[in-house]
Amino acid sequence: MTERLSTGSKVGAALAAPVGWLATIIDAPLKLWQRLTGLGGMAAFFLAPNMLIFGVFVLAPFVINFFYSTTSGAAFFLADRTYVGAAQYSRLLDCGSYLDPSSCREDLFWNAVHNTFWFVTLQVALLIVVSMITALILNREIVGRSFWRAVFFFPVLLSPVVVGLIWKWILQRQGLLNSVALQFGFEPTEWLTDRFWAFAASITVSVWAHMGFFTLILLAGLQAIPRDLYEAAEMDGTKPGRVFWRITLPLLMPNLLVVLILALIRAVQIFDEVYVLTGGGPGTSTLFITQYIYEVGFASLLRNPGLAAAASILMGAVLVVLTLIQLQIGRRGEKKGARE
Amino acid sequence: MKTRLGLIGALTASLMATSAFAGDVRIMWYSDGVEGDVIKDILDRFQKDNPDIKITLDNVSYKVVQEQLPIQLEAGQGPDIARVTNIKELANHWLDLRPLVSDAKYWEDNFGATLDWMRPDGSDAITGFMTQLTLTGGFANKTLFEQAGVDLPGETATWDEWVEASDKVAKSQSTAAAIAIDRSGHRISGPNVSYGANYIAADGMPAKVDDGVKAFGAKLVQWVGEGKMLKETWVAAAGSTYRAAADDFINAQVPFYYSGSWQVANLSAKIGDNFDWVAVGSPCGTAGCSGLKGGAALVGIKYTKNAADVAKVMEYLSREDIVKEFSERTLFLPAHKGVVDKGGMNWASQDKHVGPALDAFVKSAGQTLPASDALPAWKWASAYYGALVTRISQVMAGEMTLDSAWARIDQDVADKVAQAK
Repeated sequence: MTERLSTGSKVGAALAAPVGWLATIIDAPLKLWQRLTGLGGMAAFFLAPNMLIFGVFVLAPFVINFFYSTTSGAAFFLADRTYVGAAQYSRLLDCGSYLDPSSCREDLFWNAVHNTFWFVTLQVALLIVVSMITALILNREIVGRSFWRAVFFFPVLLSPVVVGLIWKWILQRQGLLNSVALQFGFEPTEWLTDRFWAFAASITVSVWAHMGFFTLILLAGLQAIPRDLYEAAEMDGTKPGRVFWRITLPLLMPNLLVVLILALIRAVQIFDEVYVLTGGGPGTSTLFITQYIYEVGFASLLRNPGLAAAASILMGAVLVVLTLIQLQIGRRGEKKGARE
Repeated sequence: MKTRLGLIGALTASLMATSAFAGDVRIMWYSDGVEGDVIKDILDRFQKDNPDIKITLDNVSYKVVQEQLPIQLEAGQGPDIARVTNIKELANHWLDLRPLVSDAKYWEDNFGATLDWMRPDGSDAITGFMTQLTLTGGFANKTLFEQAGVDLPGETATWDEWVEASDKVAKSQSTAAAIAIDRSGHRISGPNVSYGANYIAADGMPAKVDDGVKAFGAKLVQWVGEGKMLKETWVAAAGSTYRAAADDFINAQVPFYYSGSWQVANLSAKIGDNFDWVAVGSPCGTAGCSGLKGGAALVGIKYTKNAADVAKVMEYLSREDIVKEFSERTLFLPAHKGVVDKGGMNWASQDKHVGPALDAFVKSAGQTLPASDALPAWKWASAYYGALVTRISQVMAGEMTLDSAWARIDQDVADKVAQAK
């Protein structure tokens, strides 16, 4: 045992030695840097690697994308593209009425905007309700609770393309659902070629794919609520509905707000599973903004990267607003927590 | 230190380059049928005789060629050789082989009729050759027609007659629909021309949607509405996304399928003895019975680092004996004049349906109309095709009227032209 420890110590010392040498080497320059720039300079020094990565992989692409949105043509390099100022934005925003996509110059974009708006509204509402109900059930002492938690979380682990393909096999004309319906004497339904059903399928599949993640967040929130509050309510003879509205919901509100904002951001970005499931059809019924950007920028027979970039900047602006709301809510929660 | 930096720079540059090593030739290839195996076999033989050239054959999906290759090309990247169908639109990216090949006259004599399809307007460049000539046309499930007791419409039958006959079969045999057409603007352009359409204005620029386009477009919408044309192929997608309906024909879900000659090998391989099928050419409209010619070309990419080696590979693959072998084994119609003139093609198939099907397409090739023949070499064809698919499928889905669709198609095409300027 003693010998083992001794060997371990030797290995540890051998491994630590280079770190020590490195520390000795950089100690003097760091001290000099601190003396010259103060504590703020040290913070900047240690933040620099992260800021560099952020700058290269987030900020620079964003700036380049913005410049793309002010150009036209199919050329790839910015230098080869024609500067058109805000023409791409004007084209996107040129509408008789924003409520009527057919009155817009770029009607497909506005179809996508309308579809995305309704998708976000309905999907997020349904997602929160379903996740909430599931979390409440999984928080109870039910048989096989761990198993059910795994079952509901499993779709989160699947690739969106796999999710789309699985549901396509279920919902297509000769898919599983119609085959079962036929067995029971029902007429097959056009799940993916009828505008209403295709949109409903997009929402349902998306909720199925993502609810596990949000259920987990809500479940964590539920388990953080002190049990004695429920015991007190039970002793007072409070009805379950009242317990939910007066205890569970208020105390779960911080988690619910996080879920709401994250779900909103994810819903605005919806693309892969719906693209595989419906291809954006029937017509443009399930064409969402991200697919529009992809089609215009990459997939159409004649690409228009400038228009796609402008659409992505507008979409980015919406996401920034949502993120700011999330940050604001987070800060408010922190302040409230600090006061309490 | 300088040496180290230099080494790192050289390594980075070599990693970034597509084919940085002399002798490397990378080919991007897609397959509709068995041609991937055939070309591999042929290239293996070339490789044995030319050990100094290392060929890498990347078999990719058609979607990659359609969507990713153009972006690579715009970035000055890409393979050294590619098999492509969007040959006119991307012609600025093709390598001019004229100064590299040993006998440019051989290329002009044998591929002259299609060289214009794959080079910029006004250029005399030799950029590659058609690996196959294709022609759009229909296929009928003969067994289903016989079981339904419906005669196959004759050679001059119209689209309406074909749909009517197929509908009788569909009702009798409980198939999903009477007909299916690939979701592609290229596919409906032959029929459009058969109804009098001409996409090209007198100045060579796109013409406004005319009565021919409107006539056949309205029929498509009507057939989908009546459940006669398979809805999901066209409706269950947005934009100009390509969707083939071959699997529905192969699974006997439709008695009539309109696609093209490149499907012969695919149908032969997948249908086998399950049912009898025949190629029937293009049904007639008011102006004729036109299909649309086209095909896939093998082109050199001008960003290659090994132009001389690319030319060697292209010269080998364009040899008369190689083209003949490739065509016979893939069941593709050859584009090589010498091969066509000599005839005597020995199609490598035991399938009794294949020979007559290819003969039917050869016969049908003589019926294409001038407005159709002009499209493969027309720069704006892709713009027209994309707009047609996008808007007509929106009408089919009930999102807009036909009149709105025609106006939108004109606008979409005008936007594409303006964008390209």
